[in-house]
Amino acid sequence: MDLVLPGVGLTFWMVLVFFTLLFLLRKFAWKPILTALNERENSIEEALKSAEQAREQMAKLQSDNEALYKQAREERDLILKEAREMKDGIISEAKKSAEEEGKRMIQKASDEINKQKANAIAELKGQVASLSVSIAEKLINNQLSNSEEQQNIIAKQVNNLNNNQQAIA
Amino acid sequence: MMPENKGLYKIQRIQFLFLLIIFTLFSIQNAQANVQESGSDSTSVSKNEHSEEHATTHEEGFNPGTMILDHVKDAHDWHIMDINGHAISVPLPVIIYDNGLNIFSSSKFEHGHATVESNGNFYKLHNGKVYKTEANGELQMNEKGEVSNVKPLDFSITKNVFALLFGSILILIIFLSVANAYKKRGSSAPKGLQSFLEPLILFMRDEVIKPSVGKHYAKFLPLLLTIFFFIFINNLMGLIPIFPFGANLTGNIAVTMVLAVIVFFVVNFSGNKHYWKHIFMPDVPVGLWILLIPIEILGVVLKPFVLMLRLFANITAGHIIILGFFSLIFIFGAKNIYAGYGSAAFSVAFTLFMSVLELLVAFLQAYVFTLLASLYIGSATEEHHHAEEHH
Repeated sequence: MDLVLPGVGLTFWMVLVFFTLLFLLRKFAWKPILTALNERENSIEEALKSAEQAREQMAKLQSDNEALYKQAREERDLILKEAREMKDGIISEAKKSAEEEGKRMIQKASDEINKQKANAIAELKGQVASLSVSIAEKLINNQLSNSEEQQNIIAKQVNNLNNNQQAIA
Repeated sequence: MMPENKGLYKIQRIQFLFLLIIFTLFSIQNAQANVQESGSDSTSVSKNEHSEEHATTHEEGFNPGTMILDHVKDAHDWHIMDINGHAISVPLPVIIYDNGLNIFSSSKFEHGHATVESNGNFYKLHNGKVYKTEANGELQMNEKGEVSNVKPLDFSITKNVFALLFGSILILIIFLSVANAYKKRGSSAPKGLQSFLEPLILFMRDEVIKPSVGKHYAKFLPLLLTIFFFIFINNLMGLIPIFPFGANLTGNIAVTMVLAVIVFFVVNFSGNKHYWKHIFMPDVPVGLWILLIPIEILGVVLKPFVLMLRLFANITAGHIIILGFFSLIFIFGAKNIYAGYGSAAFSVAFTLFMSVLELLVAFLQAYVFTLLASLYIGSATEEHHHAEEHH
């Protein structure tokens, strides 16, 4: 039965030794060990945190870059668009001005043609007149012998000439 | 209420185990008593008769019950082996407080054959206990066959005390060197012994003590870690069969009792008002208090009591089983030498298996003791916010 009865001596020694052990371990072992473990955990945690921060910063930089790139692309697109518009504008303007110029030239040419035509007609009229005069001269010379009849013819001729001149004018 | 229910269930199981062991031990000791009674007719055993009885038991041969109990119990000398009936053992100092200190070597007892005189007092060793006798060294037996002589206060460095001191010094060496490593290496990665113990310390701190005790865990950390490593290392040392290891220290009821009493005091001194209210003014109708309060008070005492028994029973049972397997060799060998050889192979295989199992038990019991101590402390320091709302 003394297996289950605590002995006085061993109980005494156990109390003494265990409390001494507890005191010594608490002061010289657990304190430095647990402090070191805590410190290490803190340093690991801090390292992780700073790594996380660095990663965040990196992500931020990357997103900044992305934004810049996007902006640049937009600007490029804008410039290209403007250039295209400008080109189109220039072309259309040139077309328009060329058309106008053409029209103007055509107008000028037709004006010139009309003028030349009028001149030619006037000249023709003069020549016809002089020719008529010469014809008349000849006729007059020829028919002066037959004076009366001749006089009738001349009158007829001159009358005709007058009518013609009126039609041309 | 859940932890308590679980606790009660465990208590029942442990009580069953405990009763089983008690019955076993009783039967072994009754057998011993029978042997003694058959060896001696008179109620008073003189020195000569006693040695005769010893001689007869030696002639009778191997007695496994005596051998196992002698190894499992505390002793005044460290018995290593017997050669031709002659014991080889390491004598340890005997310290007796009996109107002053009497200190002498246990070898003077001559394994219970001799009466020792110290400062005018006479002492005799009987079944591992020191009794005060007259000058002739006579032991008085009562009707039950128990010695009725006065037992002086015995503070001897017994086998277990020696193992306790040895183990504690070993623990100190281990942890002071580890602490030095931490001081020297700072927060860099652990190395050597440090890296072996660090996972254990972290496991106990983060997985056992922190979740069980709760937010005030840091205050109890040194005590609980000391308890864990004290039990664990002494359990392991108890498994090494050769001097100065192999003492059944953590399977001694005095050792487990001191540990359990420490837990008892820590739990009850750190208990907050909720803890005490839970015991003396539980949240049940007043009529039930008469039933519940005694149960709660019983629980307060039973919790550490079960801690004491669990560790004691598990470690002692492990030692008994291993020694039992070895005893089989000699029991069979006494009948037939070849049967002895045959059973040796069987016994060694089973002892190996049991030893490996005991390695697990050594850790498990240290873990369970610390875990339950943490849970008890945790339940005593826990703050019940929901209870506050009722008042």
